[in-house]
Amino acid sequence: MIYPARITARRTETAGIYTFTMRFVDNNVRRAYSFKAGQFNMLYAFGVGEVPISIVSDPADPENLEHTIRIAGRVTGVMAGWKVGDVVGLRGPYGNGWPVEEARGRDVVIITGGLGCAPVVGLINYIFDRREQYGELHILHGVKTPNDLLYRERFDEWRRAPRTKVYLTADQPDKSWHYKIGVVTELFDELTAPPSAIVMMCGPEVMMRFAARALRQKGIGDEAIYLSMERRMECAVGLCGHCQYREHFVCKDGPVFSYRTVRELFSTSGI
Amino acid sequence: MSELLHMPKTALEDLITILWREGFKVLGPVARDGAVAFDEVRKVSDLAVATRETQEPGRYRLVPGPAGEIFGVVNGAGSLKPFFFAPEETLLEINRERRGFKVTEVAPAAPRLAFIGVRACDLAALAVQDRIFLHDRFQDKHYEARRKDAFLVAVNCTRSAATCFCVSMKTGPEASTGFDLSLTELEQGFVMRCGSAAGEAIAAKLGLTPPPHDDVLLAKSRIDECAAGMRRRLDTADLPRLLYDEAENPRWKEVASRCLSCTNCTMVCPTCFCHTVVDQEEIDGNMSQRVRKWDSCFSLEHAHIHGINFRRKIEDRYRQWLTHKLGSWIDQFGTSGCVGCGRCITWCPVGIDLTEEVAAIRAYPVKR
Repeated sequence: MIYPARITARRTETAGIYTFTMRFVDNNVRRAYSFKAGQFNMLYAFGVGEVPISIVSDPADPENLEHTIRIAGRVTGVMAGWKVGDVVGLRGPYGNGWPVEEARGRDVVIITGGLGCAPVVGLINYIFDRREQYGELHILHGVKTPNDLLYRERFDEWRRAPRTKVYLTADQPDKSWHYKIGVVTELFDELTAPPSAIVMMCGPEVMMRFAARALRQKGIGDEAIYLSMERRMECAVGLCGHCQYREHFVCKDGPVFSYRTVRELFSTSGI
Repeated sequence: MSELLHMPKTALEDLITILWREGFKVLGPVARDGAVAFDEVRKVSDLAVATRETQEPGRYRLVPGPAGEIFGVVNGAGSLKPFFFAPEETLLEINRERRGFKVTEVAPAAPRLAFIGVRACDLAALAVQDRIFLHDRFQDKHYEARRKDAFLVAVNCTRSAATCFCVSMKTGPEASTGFDLSLTELEQGFVMRCGSAAGEAIAAKLGLTPPPHDDVLLAKSRIDECAAGMRRRLDTADLPRLLYDEAENPRWKEVASRCLSCTNCTMVCPTCFCHTVVDQEEIDGNMSQRVRKWDSCFSLEHAHIHGINFRRKIEDRYRQWLTHKLGSWIDQFGTSGCVGCGRCITWCPVGIDLTEEVAAIRAYPVKR
C-alpha cells in the first residue's frame, strides 16, 4: 500500500542529485514504521510511477526518512521537481539491508565505484554515528573521471576522522586530481585491513568482481564480503519477476548478498 | 474423497445446469478462431465436441474427431491462468486531493468460476501459481479473490498431443489432485471421481450410480496407454545444476539465432507470472490508476534500469526464461515452473522446442 508522505527538507547534493527528507502524513503509519540500514523504499510520483530508493538516514530516527535520488529517467525526472511541503507516495521498507550487526567490533572496508552510491553513504553515516562499536573504517572509492567524484567534501571530512582511511582513485584523471590513478583495484596495495575485516561493496559488477579477487589476496575470504546488487525492481515483494538474479529475487532476497552466494553468477554476463 | 461414479454422457448437460444454478459461471473448452479456449458454456453443444487437434512445434489445427466424443481436444493456447492472474487489471485508484492524494484499493471483480475439462497439466500449473501468489511471503488479494471459490472439473487425458510431455514432468496424464471432480471419458460414459467435499455435493445432485468394474479398468488402461504413447520427453535429472553450469553453453547463442523474442511462449505458459505495473493518469490529472499487466522476460525492458540492460541479447533472455522455468524456479518455489503442457512448443512461431534445447545442452556440456 502506498502512503502519503510530506517532504520536509530538500538538499541539492550536486547537479542532478537531491536528498529529500520526508515524513508520513498519517501519524499511525509514521509511528509503526521502522527500517534497517541498507533497506529501500518505493517512492511514488503521482500519476507517473514508482522507483526503488535506498534510505540514507539513520534507522534510529524512522520518522524522518532521507532518500538521495539521482535523476536518471522519467520518474526521477519528475521527482527532481519535488519541493518542501509536497505530498508524495511511499511504501516500504523492503530488502534485507547491510550486515551491520555482523560487522560490529570488526574493521570495516567499504568499496564503491562509479557515480555516487547512496546505499553506501547511509552505511558510512550509520557507522560514524556508532563509531565506538566498529574498528578501523576503510573507504575505497573509484571513479572514471574527477568530475564523477560526488560528495568530495564528505570524502575529505571522512578522511580527517579518527580511525578512518579514505582511498580514492580515478581511471582518467585530470590536473586537479591528486589521489591515485587507475581502477579501484589499484587501491588494494595500500589497503591495510586485516583478514578479519568485513567488506561491503556497491558499484558496477565488474568492479566488485575484481575487488573480491584482490581481497582474497589480502586474506579476506568471500564469506566476509557483502555486496549490494542492482536489478530492475518494480513490485519490491518478489512477485513481478523483473529483479531475478538466477534463483534470487534482488528485492526480497537482497539487495545485499554475501559474495559467496552470488560469486558463481559473476563470471557470466547477461544474467 | 475418492468415490467413483458412472456418469452417462447425457448427465454432463445436468452437471453444467447444476453448476450454473449453484451460482457459478461455467467455462469449458470451446472452439474459437481455429483453436480451443476456455469460454462460457451453457450446454454440451457449446463445447468443442467431435473435434480433435493436431499439434506440432509451431503448428496447431483443429480436425474432426469421433462422433459422440466430448473432450477430444487436449488443449489450446489458453490455460486457466488468465482467469485467476488477469492479463490486465486495476489495483489502485489514486485521487488527487487539495493537499496530497488518497489511495484506494480496487476490489477485484471475482465471479465464481467453474471449469469443465481441465487437464492434469493445467491443474498442476494452477498449483504452481497458487504457490507463487498465495503461499509465498506476500499474498496477492486479487488472485486469491478469484481462486478461492473456483470449482474444477478435470478430464483425464486418454490421448496426448505430439507436443505433450506431462509424463516427464510427473503432472499427468491423470489428474491426481487439485480438482473437485474428475472425468475419464469412455464411449459408454464417464468414470467420475470426487476430489473434494464440494465435488461430492455437486455429484450427489446428479443421482449417479457406481461405475461398472469394466469401465474402471478400461479408464485406467486408456490413461496408461496415453502415458505410454507420449513420445516427447524431458530428462529432468539435476536440471537446475545442469542449466546453472551450462550458462556459457554455445547452444544459447544458437537458439537465439532462431528465437524471435516475441514473448508467445511466456503468454501461453500457464505458470509464467512476470508482470509490470503502470500508472495511468486521467487526462484531467486528478486521478491515476495503477494497472497491472502481464510482462515477459523476453521483452527488452524486462531487465532494463537507467542506462543498463542486464539481458540485452536474445540469448540472455532465452537463457533466463529456460533456466528460470526448469531450474531456478525449483530453488525459488520448490517446484518446477514447467508442467509439460507443450504450449510453448506449439505456439512458438518458429517451433522452438524446449525439450530439444535441454537435450542439446545435456548432450554437449561445456562446463570444465
